[in-house]
Amino acid sequence: MSYQAPYKDMQWLVEQAYQTQQLGNLESLQDFDLDLANAIIDEANKFASGVLAPLNMVGDEEGCKFSDGQVTTPTGWKDAYAQFRDSGWIGLALPEEFGGQGLPKYIAQPVNEMWLSSNLAFVMFAALAQGGSEILLKFASDELKARYLTQIVTGEWTVAMALTEPNAGSDLGALTTKAIPQADGTYQIKGQKIYITYGEHDMADNIVHLVLARTPDAPAGSRGISLFAVPKYRVNEDGSCGEFNDIRCTGIEHKTGLHGSPTCSISYGDNDACVGELIGNLNQGLMAMFVLMNEARLSCGMQGVGLSELALQKALQYSKERVQGAGADGQRVAIIEHPDVKRMLLNLRSESFALRSLGYQIAALIDVTEQSDDEAAVKAAEKRIALLTPIFKGFATEQANELAGDAIQVYGGMGFVEETGIAQVMRDARITTIYEGTTGVQSKDLVHRKIRMDQGQAISELLAAMRVDIAQAPENVVNKRLSAAVDQLAQVLDTTVLSPNADLAQLDAVAVPFLNAMGGICCAWQLARLALKAQESKAQDEEFFGNVEALAEFYSAYKLPLAQAALTTVTQEQNGVDAYQF
Amino acid sequence: MKVLVGVKRVIDYNVKVRVKSDNTDVDLSNTKMAINPFCEIAVEEAIRLKEAGVATEVIAVSVGTSASQEQLRTAMALGADRAILVESEDGAEPLNVAKAFAKIMEQEEVGLVILGKQSIDSDNNQVGQMLAALTKRPQGTFASKVAVDGNSVSVTREIDGGLRTVKLELPAIVTTDLRLNEPRFAKLPDIMKAKRKPLETKTFADLGVEAKQHIQLDKVEAPAARQGGVKVGSVDELIQKLKDEAKVI
Repeated sequence: MSYQAPYKDMQWLVEQAYQTQQLGNLESLQDFDLDLANAIIDEANKFASGVLAPLNMVGDEEGCKFSDGQVTTPTGWKDAYAQFRDSGWIGLALPEEFGGQGLPKYIAQPVNEMWLSSNLAFVMFAALAQGGSEILLKFASDELKARYLTQIVTGEWTVAMALTEPNAGSDLGALTTKAIPQADGTYQIKGQKIYITYGEHDMADNIVHLVLARTPDAPAGSRGISLFAVPKYRVNEDGSCGEFNDIRCTGIEHKTGLHGSPTCSISYGDNDACVGELIGNLNQGLMAMFVLMNEARLSCGMQGVGLSELALQKALQYSKERVQGAGADGQRVAIIEHPDVKRMLLNLRSESFALRSLGYQIAALIDVTEQSDDEAAVKAAEKRIALLTPIFKGFATEQANELAGDAIQVYGGMGFVEETGIAQVMRDARITTIYEGTTGVQSKDLVHRKIRMDQGQAISELLAAMRVDIAQAPENVVNKRLSAAVDQLAQVLDTTVLSPNADLAQLDAVAVPFLNAMGGICCAWQLARLALKAQESKAQDEEFFGNVEALAEFYSAYKLPLAQAALTTVTQEQNGVDAYQF
Repeated sequence: MKVLVGVKRVIDYNVKVRVKSDNTDVDLSNTKMAINPFCEIAVEEAIRLKEAGVATEVIAVSVGTSASQEQLRTAMALGADRAILVESEDGAEPLNVAKAFAKIMEQEEVGLVILGKQSIDSDNNQVGQMLAALTKRPQGTFASKVAVDGNSVSVTREIDGGLRTVKLELPAIVTTDLRLNEPRFAKLPDIMKAKRKPLETKTFADLGVEAKQHIQLDKVEAPAARQGGVKVGSVDELIQKLKDEAKVI
């Protein structure tokens, strides 16, 4: 069986996010109600399960091929792209003015999740179109918008983001690609970039590269970086594709996973004939990049959710079919009957469910920031999103790796064999903790920018919200365990993370454990809230809602203590990191 | 020419069907529902006729609870122009449905009715045939090919042992088989547009149909669990088992 959207989970969690963030009160969203959300989820599932999922393994096995500057995508990619484009999915959450559908994020999020689960390697272009369009919308001149946006939103052309260079990865300030001003106001682009997803491919007529480069008199470091729109083919007056713009793909990477997505090395301006146009102001390229980055990090967190769900579906099915060992009565049983296998499946189930809830809540918060007139509500939502972004990105992707490992463990020896397809999930997940900012980068962002620079405001508000929910809930083990963890977290903030005397190098050494603790506590909080809602709705569907309560119990017993252990690590004064000499 | 298509809300074919614990019916509470796959083929065929310039309007009709609006919206997202819901809590048995369709056929001056040959829930395979009888119009059931030519329609039917092509005078009733076409995916912009397409709600009484209950559901049971297979040593043993154990020869 290939992927099927977890329809019921999605429907219910979308509804919960919609209600929690009170999206029903926003006038601009009146046309985008839950009925529409359900209709769209339903149709997207048909596409994800019917078209994208069957290609996932094809992409993994075949990979992309590179020859003589050309990239050939795997069998079926091109057709699937045409279908995806013609069905209008690329413009899902992009403005109607440029041919999009302008859907709110809370509806786009479950749709994106389905794409990510069913074929992550394939749909990388969709996030690039979304992010690229948002950059152009916010920063580009009307002329550039007119030239590119409709083409991108409708999927006629794709977007590539050219940031990384061999010596400028996480440290973008070190990049050296040049942009030399020309008399006509354009720039000549010259340099080498690597790790460019869909930087070259055979699915669309033109590729719009958004390139970070340095003008000759720009200040050193990250303050001297500007952003340029550089199309593969120059655009004629009438909007058609014209002359080749001196952009060459020099190779694609052989990667651990995501084989179907071409990761390109690109050479710009080998013949001094690569023309780019400035997006926004000079030397403010990184600012534009941050818009994309936040978006990309949230989308990356959803990749964690999507891959965890895929791993769960595969492992669950296998565990019901594989007969091995005996139950208490001596009869041979399917392995799902073994408590330890059930434990692993519940790891997958509880974590993906909680993270999905968190991801949908964040999407609904983005809708508040984009659609609400209430300034205070917008500010509060912005702060909450800023705080949750590194937690969601870091934790969801770390978990996806761990959970893919659990799923393989459920398969036993067959999990180590490629033909079952479960190993692909692990290999595809591996990059998610690395790209769009490693977990280490996320943890530093969390500790320093989002907590210390903020003087603990946003995180205090988050803890207060958790405590309000705990206070409203009946006293049970789930809430008791969560309450203890929240108290411990508050204490760690006081004594360590927010302490004015904190040793910053020490903090960096425990930042990832701290991020993991935050992630675990946020997930336990989601499940505790959901369990309370489930209790209220139990009469409607005893099995589903009873299961939600069981998930909250499971999580608070098995996973929350791991978060608390990580908090203990954060406060240990002698941890050996400083002392050891490599 | 107006084309009428039937749309039935049924349990999604991906969902594992469960029987209620008291064996009174199939458990449909909190179950994912969808358009009956044969009806989806009917909708697709009607839309293709419209795209080919043969049909002027495609009207999707469902008989069922108000929840069937979801499936009518899906039909409109796929391309139906408007929809009619004949709202009924429990009157969706074949004869009542056929009578409602007959009335709508008359009121709307429909040229062609396309229905699924059967629904995957009750598997009756009756509405198309009943509708033809009620309206005294020709029928082409189990269609694998439909070609409208002027005032008639050629329908290639899948029958035991081959294909039979019949030519029917319009208005006619066609029921779809699995191989008639492959339904398309709805496009996102069309899903949005479907929200604004007209959906009219009627009752049996509005149509002048008296919905009678002719069928009583006594009991629903899950099929017996499949037994494990055995390897037989010889043809003789197989024959003996078929005789003595399976009692089929």
